[in-house]
Amino acid sequence: MKRQGMPLSQLPFGMRGVVRELRAETSSRRRLLDLGLVAGTPVETVLRSPAGNPMAYEIRGALIALRNAEAGQIIVDMM
Amino acid sequence: MGLTTQSTGAQVRKDFSIPGPGDRTEKVIALAGNPNTGKSTVFNSLTGMNQHTGNWPGKTVTNALGRYQYDNEKYLLMDLPGTYSLLSSSVEEEVARDFICFGQPDVSVVVTDATSLERNLNLVLQILEITDRVVVCVNLMDEAQRKRIRVDLEQLEQELGVPVVGTNARKGEGLDALKTAIAQMAAGAKSQPRQVGYPQEIETVVASLSPRLTGLIPNSRWLALRLASGEESIIVSLEKYLQGDNPRDFLHTVSQEGDEISMDLIVTSIVGEAENIYKKTVHLENEKHNAVDRKIDSVLTSKVFGFPIMIAMLGLIFWLTIQGANYPSQLLAKLLFGIEDWLSGLALWESLPPWIYGILVTGMYRTLAWVVSVMLPPMAIFFPLFTLLEDLGYLPRVAFNLDHRFNKACAHGKQALTMCMGFGCNAAGVIACRIIDSPRERLIATITNNFVPCNGRFPIIIVMATAFLAIRAGSLGKGIAVLAVLAVVIIGIIITLWVSKLLSRTILRGLPSSFILEMPPYRKPQVGKILVRSLFDRTLFVLGRAVAVAAPAGALVWLMANITIADVSLLAHGARLLAPLGWLMGLDGVILVGFLLGLPANEIVLPIIIMSYLASGSIQEMESLASLQQLLVANGWTWLTAVNVMLLSLLHFPCATTLWTIRKETQSWKWTVISFLVPTIVGIIACVSVAAVVRLLGMLF
Repeated sequence: MKRQGMPLSQLPFGMRGVVRELRAETSSRRRLLDLGLVAGTPVETVLRSPAGNPMAYEIRGALIALRNAEAGQIIVDMM
Repeated sequence: MGLTTQSTGAQVRKDFSIPGPGDRTEKVIALAGNPNTGKSTVFNSLTGMNQHTGNWPGKTVTNALGRYQYDNEKYLLMDLPGTYSLLSSSVEEEVARDFICFGQPDVSVVVTDATSLERNLNLVLQILEITDRVVVCVNLMDEAQRKRIRVDLEQLEQELGVPVVGTNARKGEGLDALKTAIAQMAAGAKSQPRQVGYPQEIETVVASLSPRLTGLIPNSRWLALRLASGEESIIVSLEKYLQGDNPRDFLHTVSQEGDEISMDLIVTSIVGEAENIYKKTVHLENEKHNAVDRKIDSVLTSKVFGFPIMIAMLGLIFWLTIQGANYPSQLLAKLLFGIEDWLSGLALWESLPPWIYGILVTGMYRTLAWVVSVMLPPMAIFFPLFTLLEDLGYLPRVAFNLDHRFNKACAHGKQALTMCMGFGCNAAGVIACRIIDSPRERLIATITNNFVPCNGRFPIIIVMATAFLAIRAGSLGKGIAVLAVLAVVIIGIIITLWVSKLLSRTILRGLPSSFILEMPPYRKPQVGKILVRSLFDRTLFVLGRAVAVAAPAGALVWLMANITIADVSLLAHGARLLAPLGWLMGLDGVILVGFLLGLPANEIVLPIIIMSYLASGSIQEMESLASLQQLLVANGWTWLTAVNVMLLSLLHFPCATTLWTIRKETQSWKWTVISFLVPTIVGIIACVSVAAVVRLLGMLF
């Protein structure tokens, strides 16, 4: 089942998605861009912290931890 | 416009006494790269011990400068801060960008990680836009090989148009080739740096702007891109580093002439270019190359095992430290006090007044000997173990596990990393707070760093635990002592979170900022290097500082113990004065005097207390913990006193060095005073409460 346009924070564990857009503003947007998170970038949820927030995602070969607040501003299409 | 390339960057170079390109006697090399690429290992391998670190002028960003010689040519290597990009306008990125752009280095070396080349190429492409004097170093080739990631260096060189060298800096492999490539580039080798192709709309704007910018800095295309995307910080830097007429108005006009280009579009183009190059040059022979790392991660960060493993690791480190330090400590004490006997036997003293002997030998030397023999062995064990965890890549996982708690306290997850540094030394922990971008969260981390006990305070906590808990429990003693120390540390962490939350609700009100943390792959640690570096960088540094304060403090304490008013020493007067407060806190006046006089260094708190009890006017050598315990009990100590001394060691004002560091880092006396008051008040409240509860229960039962 494909789901379109969901926040990355809701991408189920172990699933892959593709970035559709960034809703983050200013400095936090730039930092996400620095990681290569532009539209079309594949991401995968690979690690859950003990509390379930933050989560760690595989982004362009690197493992990046994001709080749900940040990941919620990244809109992805589930693959 | 009176702006010329010649005048460009004079300020940057003056900041570091680097001569202009025309009159250099050594080649200037900039070292850039993403964090976690082994950039500092490359730096260390190239320069050896010939380096020094400092701050960028006016900025709390560390820089390191080193020198090396190769083929009769001298090189000056500038280690720039590790950054992912040069576009985000963080302080680190501005520093790196300004040095590459205005410092006019002869060569810029970009260190990249072979195991995550795609992301690293972003920075490479951005630097290639500024200068063609670039050498790309693909480091961690061995890690890539282990994961069966094949990097085609020749192809990469063709794609990038600048020399590419593969290295394993930790083993010293490939460094000669790197030095050769740097030398050739510095001598003017040809290069054709890959330029990012932008969509037509961007190229049109750039084409219209760049002719007006020629001559300002070597690369007008790059500047046009920055101006058109509305990067204010580049204008600020140009104003600072270009000498001549005020360029602000001119630049603003230029930047408004072209249509505004969105930063997103620029970044998207760069990322796309990096992806293309990556696909052509890197071949994953094992798609599941991260599987082992992921397995380890899923255990270390799991709901069930995450916290227990963290606590067990911490406990193991304390156990090894306590267990291992015991014997060398005794040996050192024997040696150093043996030297004291020899010193005392010198004929020299007979011709001098006795107080000179008192100050120099019983005051300064004996305090020094105490501090060295008590501190050196645990530090020599603790720091390498800690560096080992750091080197393995475990610490970011700790931050990942704990972040939720910090998030709830409206603080930053990286605070966990600064706390880890605090275990070694709180001053180092305060400096580490630089990794937190948000000023509010950085202050919270700074003020609360003192709630993790540093190496100077561990001895007091450990001695209390062993003298009062271990001795009673017999053979189980050491285990119980370790548990007690662990309990103190956990109390410290809980109080850190409480106080962080309290600060977020009161004087440092605000919401948590963004948290983005890279968790680097696990790496095989280089045990030999760890031993050497942690010994030099941390152990000797901390010890040197402790010695520097212990000697004068020893002299002062000796004077206070020996100058008497109405037949009572100053030390005893102070203790009498503080006795009521001491009683209220479940302690006594002597202990409080010890902590107050211990402001220069926490290591001397216990010696002062012992000295006061013995009333002999000098620090005594305590042969065994049993005799120490007898002395303390004879002076009215109970287990309550021991517990509260442990609490107060954890919860009181930072030492003088840490306070001074806080002043330097925050540039503010206000926050320094607050950093002094917050832990002190918490400590008084904690001790008074514990004492009151215990006394109340004592009356009931």
